[in-house]
Amino acid sequence: MKLPYVEYEAPVTVAEAVDLLAEYQDEASVLAGGQSLIPLLALRLARPAVLIDINGLRELSGISVTDGQVAIGATTREYMAEESETVAGTVPLLAAALPLIGHEAIRSRGTIGGSLAHGDPAAELPAVARALDAEFLVRSTSGDRVVPAAEWFEGYLATSRRGDEILVEVRFPVAGPDTGAAFEEVARRHGDFAIVGLAAQLTLTDGVISDARLAFSGLADVPVRAVDAEELLVGERPSTELFEEAARLATAGIEPPADLHGSSEYRKKIAATLVRRGLRAAADSAHERQ
Amino acid sequence: MVDITLQVNGAVHAGSVEARTTLADFLRDDLDLTGTHVGCEHGVCGACTVIVDGRAVRSCLMLAVQAAGSEVTTVEGLAPDGSLGTLQQAMWDAHSFQCGFCTPGFVMQATAFLSAHPDAGEREIREALSGNICRCTGYQSIIDGVLLAAQRSREG
Repeated sequence: MKLPYVEYEAPVTVAEAVDLLAEYQDEASVLAGGQSLIPLLALRLARPAVLIDINGLRELSGISVTDGQVAIGATTREYMAEESETVAGTVPLLAAALPLIGHEAIRSRGTIGGSLAHGDPAAELPAVARALDAEFLVRSTSGDRVVPAAEWFEGYLATSRRGDEILVEVRFPVAGPDTGAAFEEVARRHGDFAIVGLAAQLTLTDGVISDARLAFSGLADVPVRAVDAEELLVGERPSTELFEEAARLATAGIEPPADLHGSSEYRKKIAATLVRRGLRAAADSAHERQ
Repeated sequence: MVDITLQVNGAVHAGSVEARTTLADFLRDDLDLTGTHVGCEHGVCGACTVIVDGRAVRSCLMLAVQAAGSEVTTVEGLAPDGSLGTLQQAMWDAHSFQCGFCTPGFVMQATAFLSAHPDAGEREIREALSGNICRCTGYQSIIDGVLLAAQRSREG
């Protein structure tokens, strides 16, 4: 359908954007890459009174490394992060996930901050952010605050960003050379939203797993960390038996939703398979990066 | 209404649009460039794909106001003098399409992809075109056409 009537503001500084958000609050939708918001408008699932288009905020686009963190500006487009050597070298899990987002034409416009502020639990970036304990810098007229990923995702398309706040940047920890990562997913077609996805990252110290990160997409209304499986993995050496047990633990307590793409039982089975595949691929990638 | 100026297929165009007007509708309704097709209008089918500043984008998921100052290429821009380009000729020769509704989207997506990846093989081409839907062909003839174009470009 054609888009509904909507007012339009195009600020050129973050300060202007924040003033507009303070004025309109929940009446406004922030328009970043538009690859999720414009379909929502077309389908009348979102009916904001005003669009605040932040594509002109050049200060929000860019990738920088400081103090062991990689800060990615909210309006950095997905293809830019995908082509970034900094991202490839410092956040291998993000680099693994980016090519799986939508299709090439979607990544031309879609932004890192837009996907994470949209908060679709079936998308790749929320699982990556949750797995890595990313931090979200938000700004309003009353100042800045930093929200950890564990508190960012509150429900289906719901985050802890308040109506008067703008997402400024997302910070990911820099992975050491002994860290390997993989993003595995099962989708009907390449580029579709996955039925289930898994962000997996392992750090090996002298052949022993010293840090393990596992987060699923598509299993609940928020990305889901597999904490029990992570705890099992730490202190052990990678092996088929270990990854088998991790897959069992990671999926023991879950009750995924059922829809026309798959039953709850099917999703659970995919999830276990993805854990085995993802851990193997992450361990291989850790060896390659050493 | 918002006044915008942009380049389309090498020519400067100015217009006045409502903020909610998509780039696809602006191209079709205001500039009369109806080669760009509108299928699903929510970013799923790929029929409206055009090239903006060198990259393939879905023109139904971009507002016309956001294209102000940009360089846009539509399917009309590929054969300005009426003779087919390498990709178009190869797709013609491979009988890539049937009804033609999805054609401009596939052609623009493949144009952007081949210019960035001239040595792409079948697997990469399939992946690059996976966001475009065709209901007639079963895709094989489309892939054949793009592969043929890549081969002819390499052979010069």
